Amino acid sequence: MAMLKLENVEVCYGVIKAVKGVSLEVNQGEVVALIGANGAGKTTILHTITGLIPAKSGKIEFNGHNLLKTPAHKIVSMGMAHVPEGRRVFQGLTVLENLKLGAYTIKNKAQISESLERVYQRFPRLKERRNQIAGTLSGGEQQMLAMGRALMSSPKIILMDEPSMGLSPLLVNEIFDIIKEISSSGTTVLLVEQNAKKALSIANRAYVLGTGRITLEGNAQELLNNEAIKKAYLGE
Amino acid sequence: MSFLSQLINGLSVGSIYALIALGYTMVYGIAKMLNFAHGDVIMVGAYTIFTAVSMLGLDYWIAIILSVVFCTVLGIVIEKIAYKPLRKASPLTVLITAIGVSYLLQNIVLLIYGSHQRPFPKIISVKSIKIGENLVISGEAFFTMVITIVIMIILTLFIKNSKTGRAMVAVSEDKGAAELMGINVNRIISITFAIGSGLAAIAGLFFASTYGFIGPYSGAMPGIKAFIAAVLGGIGSIPGAMLGGILLGVVEGLSKAYISTELSDAIVFSILIVILLFKPSGLLGKNVTEKV
Ligand SMILES: Nc1ncnc2c1ncn2[C@@H]1O[C@H](COP(=O)(O)OP(=O)(O)OP(=O)(O)O)[C@@H](O)[C@H]1O
Ligand SMILES: [Mg+2]
Repeated sequence: MAMLKLENVEVCYGVIKAVKGVSLEVNQGEVVALIGANGAGKTTILHTITGLIPAKSGKIEFNGHNLLKTPAHKIVSMGMAHVPEGRRVFQGLTVLENLKLGAYTIKNKAQISESLERVYQRFPRLKERRNQIAGTLSGGEQQMLAMGRALMSSPKIILMDEPSMGLSPLLVNEIFDIIKEISSSGTTVLLVEQNAKKALSIANRAYVLGTGRITLEGNAQELLNNEAIKKAYLGE
Repeated sequence: MSFLSQLINGLSVGSIYALIALGYTMVYGIAKMLNFAHGDVIMVGAYTIFTAVSMLGLDYWIAIILSVVFCTVLGIVIEKIAYKPLRKASPLTVLITAIGVSYLLQNIVLLIYGSHQRPFPKIISVKSIKIGENLVISGEAFFTMVITIVIMIILTLFIKNSKTGRAMVAVSEDKGAAELMGINVNRIISITFAIGSGLAAIAGLFFASTYGFIGPYSGAMPGIKAFIAAVLGGIGSIPGAMLGGILLGVVEGLSKAYISTELSDAIVFSILIVILLFKPSGLLGKNVTEKV
């Protein structure tokens, strides 16, 4: 059974329909990529899953829970974390305070310090800079903080929205390595990316989003060799 | 009166403004709205004490606690009924609603207590403090300043160190990201209104004690002044509200003493305009452009 399942989801901004009946599935342990051009509706889909935007119709289920009836702030304690587009770290707070907010719903202090250690291990840079104000971090560091913050809740699934955006090629590689690590440590990943080549290279399966609709789906390796995809998204 | 005692008077009135300004600035920072009914909560707080002491003959301390509790609940209820349904409405709609709530509170009090001024009971009875030859600090002024300082320290520590405090900072920066952390934004907004209104009750006690009388419109003037103080300090900034309030009280006090009582408000407004010309975000406000 799928861990996360969207069925015919429609989302509107006012009268404009941004998502026009999207169905997709993410199974436990997978890395699923969602790729598509600017304005295709990728961010909108992620925001609808985590409840920041209401859906007009359709169904979203996560481990049997109806997410469309769940307020955004209750999603994280169900085991779903969201690394939003543009990082959205709390600029005025320190790295450590940001990370602790990632574990806001966790009451057990020992569990929080355990998560913190794990995040510091994965991102040594964050440990070095734990008392720095997040707004003064570099773009790459902020991305690491946003990912570390999401990992603080020990999620079963993590949704990432363009984690490589605006980073140097070297850092992009580093971020994708980290996503692979996160996946191999047992966390399911739904990855939204502009960098289709990279995303497909680490994903098991992928969905291609046209304007508000899934236009293609399948095995990531196969999509990587698909002529239409190569033309449209891989710049070949 | 010597310059020093004028200054202390100004500081005392200024700390009342600061207490009220804190409510404005916290609500603005977190709910991104100007709660123009905030001043009237001060008046309701003062009437609660008046009712408890002068009409029911209750003990002072009980009256003060009653007033804080009543205003705190009032703040929560106002937010739930009037503002929460407007979370996604335009700022203008919310502003007009806030003005409506302000008139509603004034008129409810008018209906119950009538329009005439009531003498406010002498609750704070602290002896004047004599320092040196000609400096006497009135007990009320001293008490007002001490309590205000204590409240500010507690509030600062609360926001800096408590989990709820940090959630408040997170909500003020980015509601969506805060929700993703599992923070119940509606609850944080509710708590903010509760704190602001509780502080307004204490400000109401000090304000009414300083002036000796209360009427249904007593909250309007300190409300506006505190709003100016909050803008002056940088709306949304807690240290800014404290600084703005105290500065405003001192400028107003000294203008009244040395220039003219009639002109003091004009002077206060001129200073506000000048400061905002040079620093549009207020003295301690962040210079960030509004995020979309
Ligand atoms: N708040 C909003 N109000 C109105 N329209 C919006 C809003 N947010 C997004 N849209 C529109 O919805 C469509 C989908 O936007 P979305 O941000 O989901 O795209 P995206 O696939 O994430 O694009 P990108 O790769 O550029 O991030 C776009 O046409 C966009 O203009
Ligand atoms: Mg996007």
